Amino acid sequence: MRLACLALVTVAWATLSSALTIENHKHYPGTGDQVLRILSTADLEVFEPYLQAFRDSRPALSIDYTVVSSAELYRAIRQGAAFDLALSSAMDLQFRLANDGFARRYRSDATTALPQWARWRGLIFAFTAEPAVVVLSTDRLEGLEMPTTRQELINLLRENPDVFGGAVGTYDVRESGLGYLYATQESRSTDAYWRLTEVMGRLDPQLYCCSGRMIDDVRAGRLALAYNVLGSYAAERMARYSGGRLQILRMQDFSNVMLRTAIIPKTADQPEAAGAMIDMLARLGLRETPGEWHLPPLISSDMGDAAGFGPIRLGPGLMVYLDPLNRRAFLSEWKDAMEQP
Amino acid sequence: MTVTGSIGRRLTGLLAGVAALLSVLSWWMVSELAREAAERTQDNVLAASATAIAEALRSEQGEVRLELPYSAFSMLGAIGEDRVFYRVTAGADLLTGYADLPVIPAPAVTGRVVFDTGSFDAEPIRMASVSRAVLAGTEPVPVTVTVAQTRNGVGRIAAGLSRLAAVLSVAFFAIAAILSAIAARASLRPLHEIAAAVSRRGPSDLRRVEHNAPEELAPLMASLNSLMERLGQSIRRSEDFIAEAAHRVRTPLATVRTQADIALRTVEDDAEKRRLRAMIRAVDESSRSAGQLLDHAAVAYRADDLARRPVDLSDLAAQTVAALEPAAAMKDITLGLDADAVQVRGDPVLLENAFRNVLDNAIKYSPEDTSVHIHITETGGEAHITVTDEGPGLGGGPVAALTERFRRGSNTECIVGSGLGLTIVEDVVTAHGGRVQLGAGKEGVGACVLLVLPL
Ligand SMILES: Nc1ncnc2c1ncn2[C@@H]1O[C@H](COP(=O)(O)OP(=O)(O)OP(=O)(O)O)[C@@H](O)[C@H]1O
Ligand SMILES: [Mg+2]
Repeated sequence: MRLACLALVTVAWATLSSALTIENHKHYPGTGDQVLRILSTADLEVFEPYLQAFRDSRPALSIDYTVVSSAELYRAIRQGAAFDLALSSAMDLQFRLANDGFARRYRSDATTALPQWARWRGLIFAFTAEPAVVVLSTDRLEGLEMPTTRQELINLLRENPDVFGGAVGTYDVRESGLGYLYATQESRSTDAYWRLTEVMGRLDPQLYCCSGRMIDDVRAGRLALAYNVLGSYAAERMARYSGGRLQILRMQDFSNVMLRTAIIPKTADQPEAAGAMIDMLARLGLRETPGEWHLPPLISSDMGDAAGFGPIRLGPGLMVYLDPLNRRAFLSEWKDAMEQP
Repeated sequence: MTVTGSIGRRLTGLLAGVAALLSVLSWWMVSELAREAAERTQDNVLAASATAIAEALRSEQGEVRLELPYSAFSMLGAIGEDRVFYRVTAGADLLTGYADLPVIPAPAVTGRVVFDTGSFDAEPIRMASVSRAVLAGTEPVPVTVTVAQTRNGVGRIAAGLSRLAAVLSVAFFAIAAILSAIAARASLRPLHEIAAAVSRRGPSDLRRVEHNAPEELAPLMASLNSLMERLGQSIRRSEDFIAEAAHRVRTPLATVRTQADIALRTVEDDAEKRRLRAMIRAVDESSRSAGQLLDHAAVAYRADDLARRPVDLSDLAAQTVAALEPAAAMKDITLGLDADAVQVRGDPVLLENAFRNVLDNAIKYSPEDTSVHIHITETGGEAHITVTDEGPGLGGGPVAALTERFRRGSNTECIVGSGLGLTIVEDVVTAHGGRVQLGAGKEGVGACVLLVLPL
């Protein structure tokens, strides 16, 4: 019955905002008639505890949670879709929204407590710092040495085409905003990126829209290696099915750290409740003990030196790869490297 | 005199006012310069960004190609958290960026960066634009790169520096105000010194004020000195006049006295005798008064410019005792002198006058057949001269009042006197820097007069 109800709502929603391609949607009814509408890229199973915690603090508030891709989210907010809060892992798109005036200013004790690099103009707030990792299948890599740098990974892939042929997964950067962000930032930071892409391209790589599916495929043994996976999801899934068949690696030469960010769209009806949600997320972002939460805090001790200059900088530099000319150039280069006959 | 404000306060106020004005001025100037500097920095960054983009322009297969360099945008984050907008146009076509960004009138020279301020999305922005011709196909196409940024960072930097400048200005003002007060006090110090020097003077010290005075105070000092001189002259004139008058009165009085004495001896009638005696007494009183007035004037005159000769008090006392011995003998009064050899510096004539008056009182007011003691010692760096008698004492009234002019005690019924004796004594002693103490004699009998003189 509940499922049916949910399906109904989803259908209704889909018809309402016809352009929006929804991945998942859930309505949490509250005792009052105020509704906080959240548009997010975080999977429901990952984000549900946060919503529950927020509901506990405000039982009157209903929450309407919609999961979309980051590109979808960007498009929806730009077109003025009525949401109160937009949470996205594609910080470049979020930044662009803030820069172009689609975000509403917000300021509270919790947001000012955030470090300078985790906020911008009081428009955009980071609440997690999530590294890009490599996920390996221990079964399929039996007897092989684990790579610690990209160069070692390149060598490993080159020397074992039988293991990795058709069993290497990574983001399809044309589809995934986060994948595009990771790829562009990585291409900027290390020249090993293009060599690696080249090598992967020769191994008939599998391209994915999202981290979750990549990890599932590694676990199921369909993939031997998934590159540039969202570390938090990997850890979360590994914790869930701890069969020891997954191994998470962080590249020691350089490791991208993405900030998951929140903005309050200009069109928000419930900016106050959205602000309260941001406060909660910001406080959790600054927590010192990991706790039960699925998403990592902003500052964690295991980030190490590999992060180099810290997380990807929240600044105008993010707009460079969003420029259509740059995007076209990058994608064509990427395609040439990835799709080799 | 009505006090109208204080020069020191006014001076401090004026100087502090000037300091406040300068503080505000410097704060304003620094704020303006800070804003200017921040704006120029932003211009430079915008120009560098636009130039970097323009340099990335290239032509490929007859088409203008561009890949935005990462640094061109990341450097814009240096100023602050400002929104960034950009536009690249090739000829009339938009190549990329924000189409509705305001247009800066085309620069006269290609390759030169031009700046403009405008507004975009309801926010003030600063724009930098640079043009470059790119060969596309056969024709060179003019490509214009415009980079714009909001001005919050500039405002924040300028405001921060302005706040800092304000704090510094306030500190500067505080220091300047303190220094103003110190300066005012320092420049008024000569005035205070002169005032202190003048008020330190004794009541009858009318000498010229010979204090070093700054130029501005010279006229005041000159008028003060001339006033003192005139005052001194006028006092001296009136003293001279009194002395002259007393002298003139004394001589005829002596004649009257002699004539009255002769007449007393010749008349037989008791009533006549009584009348003559009364007359003689009045004449005595008058001549005593005239004599004491003369002495008083002499004391005032000599005390003005006091001689400081060594005087042996025991010698002086012995002389005085000798001079008054006959008067004492008439009343069978014995005068006892018990003197250490004590020397003081002063005017012997005045000191003798003082001794004589004290001793004269002791003899005059004591009954017959008593004794008067003079005791001179040196105690604690001072000379103590004590004259004790066995007479009626100084009475119950306020003792200190007896040194006032023309003040006589209640015990003087038929004893001739003017009431100036103790006045003279006190004037002499204070002129020498000493003091007079009046009291009762041993066991409450008689009077005890103590003169204390510094050595
Ligand atoms: N030794 C003394 N015994 C008692 N009374 C005294 C003695 N010396 C002074 N007096 C009192 O003090 C008063 C003031 O004395 P002072 O010498 O000034 O005046 P005078 O003796 O009355 O007059 P002058 O001395 O001028 O002739 C006297 O009138 C007298 O009453
Ligand atoms: Mg006398």
